[in-house]
Amino acid sequence: MGTAVSTYIGTAHVFGDNVDTDRIIPGKYTKTLDLANLATHVLEDVDPTFSSRVQPGDIVVAGNNFGAGSSREQAPLALQAAGVAVVVANFFARIFYRNAINIGLPVVEVGRHEIQTGHEVEVDLSDGWVKDRRTGQRYKATQMPEVMVDILNAGGLVNYLREHGNYG
Amino acid sequence: MRQTVVEKIISNHSERAVATGEIAIVTVDGAMATDATAPFAIQAFEKMGGERVWDPQRVSLVIDHASPAPNERVANLHSMMRAFSKRTGCRLYDVGEGICHQLMVEDGRVRPGDIFVGADSHTPTYGALNALAVGVGSTDLAAVMLTGKIWLKVPETIQIELVGEFSKGVTAKDLILFLVGQLGLSGATYKVVELTGPALHNLSLASRMTLANMTAEMGAKSGLVDPTDLDLPHPFEPTCPDEGARYSQRHSFDVSLLEPQVAVPHSPDKVKRVSEVAGQKVDQAFIGSCTNARLEDLQMAARVLQGKRIDPRVRLIVAPASKRVFESALKDGTAAILSESGATFITSGCGPCVGTHQGVPGDGEVIISSTNRNFRGRMGNRKASIYLASPAVVAASALQGEITDPVQLLSGEELEWELR
Repeated sequence: MGTAVSTYIGTAHVFGDNVDTDRIIPGKYTKTLDLANLATHVLEDVDPTFSSRVQPGDIVVAGNNFGAGSSREQAPLALQAAGVAVVVANFFARIFYRNAINIGLPVVEVGRHEIQTGHEVEVDLSDGWVKDRRTGQRYKATQMPEVMVDILNAGGLVNYLREHGNYG
Repeated sequence: MRQTVVEKIISNHSERAVATGEIAIVTVDGAMATDATAPFAIQAFEKMGGERVWDPQRVSLVIDHASPAPNERVANLHSMMRAFSKRTGCRLYDVGEGICHQLMVEDGRVRPGDIFVGADSHTPTYGALNALAVGVGSTDLAAVMLTGKIWLKVPETIQIELVGEFSKGVTAKDLILFLVGQLGLSGATYKVVELTGPALHNLSLASRMTLANMTAEMGAKSGLVDPTDLDLPHPFEPTCPDEGARYSQRHSFDVSLLEPQVAVPHSPDKVKRVSEVAGQKVDQAFIGSCTNARLEDLQMAARVLQGKRIDPRVRLIVAPASKRVFESALKDGTAAILSESGATFITSGCGPCVGTHQGVPGDGEVIISSTNRNFRGRMGNRKASIYLASPAVVAASALQGEITDPVQLLSGEELEWELR
């Protein structure tokens, strides 16, 4: 199967350091299987207007340690359901990083960057770079382990295991 | 090859010996999900084509995050878990039995040397048992239920050696808060934190669980506590690091220098000495969570509150770590002391800590809590402020109506916690 898409262009929404999962989707909203409901509350404590402003294909860009804290997969699910196509950050908290790949939401680590909200950003997953199209600045992405690339290419861990039946 | 503990445990569960930085596909000894993560895990398991769980004896489902159900939506998710457990034979822990991490240890669902995968970020708690316990999300957990395996990158290890003796009134919680403050919220991201040294040898299993638990607040993949003198009901072969094993960082700290610590709003790594925040008024005090709600924690609070009444302006809420803990506290009189001091007992579970129910604060209120996270909005209201501390500090603060150092409040004898 495999997703053909490896290039994304979208508008950046920039957040700071240590945006924890309680801020991405508060615990009081997580006890649900309703993705649309998660999307309406995504990042509301940080920016109450975000869920109404975000457009399909937009890109969330963050600082250090995005997704710290809880293991709730509802955090990347809420971003994905709101239309976020890719998340770019200096680096991610471990469980958030795995969860995002497992649900087929691309996440890219680029180290320090100067991307601003409203800038158009281009992400090339196969070549591993992120470009700020406003400033022309290009950032090299951290190499992802091969197993994660395979899972992401399958569209997530569900599809990966449907295809392979097992790991390896 | 000279190996760290995590290299040894992963190698033992892999087809070959592996070293730091390598990717390994490992066999899993136990897996667990809660009502916060199991519903999505069950959904993903079914989408994967899963019918039978790889080994139902090794899979636990725990209803603890919103327990008993606060509304019909959650009640239906609980029903979904019960039905799945009935269909597949997984062990279900239902309303009131306890907090997932307490139950896994108490009920022997995890053993020394195991690799355990839990769909909860505080799974590293079982590092107290000399097991490698890793937190994941729902889809990874679904994959474990299907295959009995998971892929792991063999992490680097940060070793922290702890020497000296704890001063009176200072607990494992104060130590781990201090260390979270030192390393920071992402100080151990993707890494394992190995806590070792003579200061830990006298600690109870409960205190070791408190230490391992909050390595999650450093971003760690897992925490491991030195198994020396670990008292378990069954014999075990400890896994220890080889002489000359490679660490990414090594630190050493003398715990005798420590006084009670408090994490101030709105991050667990904003840590101060209790003397720096003493006098801060509080509206609610909470003793609970997978971090600090075991018998020794309740006993510690009872030492502070025995024969006294809490400040009438403060609500003191207690959620024991498990039904078994609650029953022990009933038998030894601890529960009566707390109740008579003005405390309210609620169902064993995670509710107030994760902001689902049974203790959501009001706008502008200040909470002192024995839990692990004080992110803005964590307890269900972004307009509240949360301070994290040991059960002794929480109890002393409930008594005085303001953040209080128990050491200042009590005589030396009353501060002899039984940490063994």
